[in-house]
Amino acid sequence: MQTDKTLDRNVAGRTAGRGLTEPAPVRWGLTIVALLFLGLFLFVPLASVFAQALEKGWGAYLEAIREPDALSSVRLTLIAAAVSVPLNLLFGVAAAWGIAKFDFPGKSILITLIDLPFSVSPVISGLIYVLMFGLQGWLGPWLDSHNIKIIFAVPGIILATIFVTFPFVARELIPLMQAQGKEEEEAALVLGANGLQTFLRVTLPNIRWGILYGVILCNARAMGEFGAVSVVSGHIRGATNTIPLHVEILYNEYNYVAAFAVASLLALLALVTLAAKSLVEWRMRGEPM
Amino acid sequence: MSTSKKWFTLAAALALTVTATVPSHASDVTLLNVSYDPTRELYQEFNASFAKYWKKKSGDDITVKQSHGGSGKQARAVIDGLEADVVTLALAYDIDEIHSKAKLIPENWQKRLPHNSSPYTSTIVFLVRKGNPKGIRDWSDLVKPGVQVITPNPKTSGGARWNYLAAWAYALKQKGGSEASAKEFVTRLFKNVPVLDSGARGSTTTFVQRGIGDVLLAWENEAFLAVNELGKDKFEIVVPSLSILAEPPVTVVDKVVDRHGTRKVAEEYLKYLYTPEGQELAARHYYRPIDKKVAARYAKTFTKVKLITIDEVFGGWQKAQKTHFADAGVFDQIYAPSK
Repeated sequence: MQTDKTLDRNVAGRTAGRGLTEPAPVRWGLTIVALLFLGLFLFVPLASVFAQALEKGWGAYLEAIREPDALSSVRLTLIAAAVSVPLNLLFGVAAAWGIAKFDFPGKSILITLIDLPFSVSPVISGLIYVLMFGLQGWLGPWLDSHNIKIIFAVPGIILATIFVTFPFVARELIPLMQAQGKEEEEAALVLGANGLQTFLRVTLPNIRWGILYGVILCNARAMGEFGAVSVVSGHIRGATNTIPLHVEILYNEYNYVAAFAVASLLALLALVTLAAKSLVEWRMRGEPM
Repeated sequence: MSTSKKWFTLAAALALTVTATVPSHASDVTLLNVSYDPTRELYQEFNASFAKYWKKKSGDDITVKQSHGGSGKQARAVIDGLEADVVTLALAYDIDEIHSKAKLIPENWQKRLPHNSSPYTSTIVFLVRKGNPKGIRDWSDLVKPGVQVITPNPKTSGGARWNYLAAWAYALKQKGGSEASAKEFVTRLFKNVPVLDSGARGSTTTFVQRGIGDVLLAWENEAFLAVNELGKDKFEIVVPSLSILAEPPVTVVDKVVDRHGTRKVAEEYLKYLYTPEGQELAARHYYRPIDKKVAARYAKTFTKVKLITIDEVFGGWQKAQKTHFADAGVFDQIYAPSK
């Protein structure tokens, strides 16, 4: 149900431009309000991140980023993203394919479950892992006796990241694949293609830009996640701090230049994400769907 | 497909390069010290000093990793499996919990090192804005209407529990003071608290950086640090007529050091806190040293103040915790978040 609505909105958004009849002052007024709002809540804070980071010059900026604990946080963030994004990509495509192209009982339950990480507070999702894998948790004693570390170590951080970024790819693909329908796949099957061939040659090319779009969003969230990761991290400097956690630590140590320097890495990531997203959107529009 | 494939390859390659080029610390031994909020600067310097000492003594390289946060929260993390070789927390109760909830240390842990295993002490002071515009001199000034008091949450922060108990003890020691009058005093005090952060450092940031509140109840060392880091022209320290002797204790975590094979070095690490070098570093970071000679050198820094102890007024941490900070304890009865 919900997916149909999203789709309607998308279609409405794309066709709205044609029937524009509002007088020019209204249009300009609305545009200026929107720009002012953007400027105040987006550009000013963004600029201030870089201004603070460069307050003591490029030397201090580079030093803050090259510091071993900062590099370790960058490395951990990249590892977490490098593991969680491909996994969520696989899962997202599989789930979207199943949901959009087939009918089966429990489908709506599956859709709801995919949305779960969006509706659960990240702190709670972190605590779930503590309750499961913590020393006092369900699996804790067993893990401990086998000397397997999950929380307060890299695996816990990866798990938490996977959980919070779970819906991004699937959520992006489901409406797209539902809109495309299953006629092309049916045609392929009738012409003698097997399931895998159909998927690789018909389904996948149709959704490639949607996949990339989902991956970009998924990656941005994976690198920026704070709450869930904070709960399972243990905050060990140089070992289990991701970039956002490291920023908080530096800030709490009155080390504002370094905090904003490292934060600027995340801001840069956001800008790159934005650019990539626009590019993909532009390509998606250009492609015959 | 080919374009997106290239993208993925590029991203993967990038991730790998960064992973491969960041050098990992080459060292023989690693210790993890799980500590509370305000000790960041102390242990940063102390760890470097200990590494030098240990290298000279044993020839081994040692890296001490740090984790900081609210004392109660940190204890909880160790109970849940954060593998601390040593814990250096804000109060004995939090370390007691590591014994009672997870059995990682023996019950008599506090007897293992001198001075209740507390190599340095501290107390609670007030940090006010320059010129002391609200004229805050003592605890009684904190309950006046219109005074905003910043303190962290006693449920999660060790410092906050010391704050709370110091205020309670002050009210108790007034003429005609009783349990009832103390409860009433602390209730009024918390009516003036607009926000409770989870740890001491969060509260300091709220006060100095976000500019909220008229007075911060802080560890003495935290107050000194804020004044020195963020400008003597912005804040000043007020020492009340009476405060509490805070003993932040330390211990090795037996189960962890035995598994890591780090017991010897972990014990040495804590003993080093008691040496003149360690005491000097503690004093330099505004912790009151227990070594008489070092204390004498820093006598000027630390204002003499009447200090009560938790044992004489509250009958020890176990009792204080049960009465005041447990669920449905006194703190839960008196504190209602200001709307």
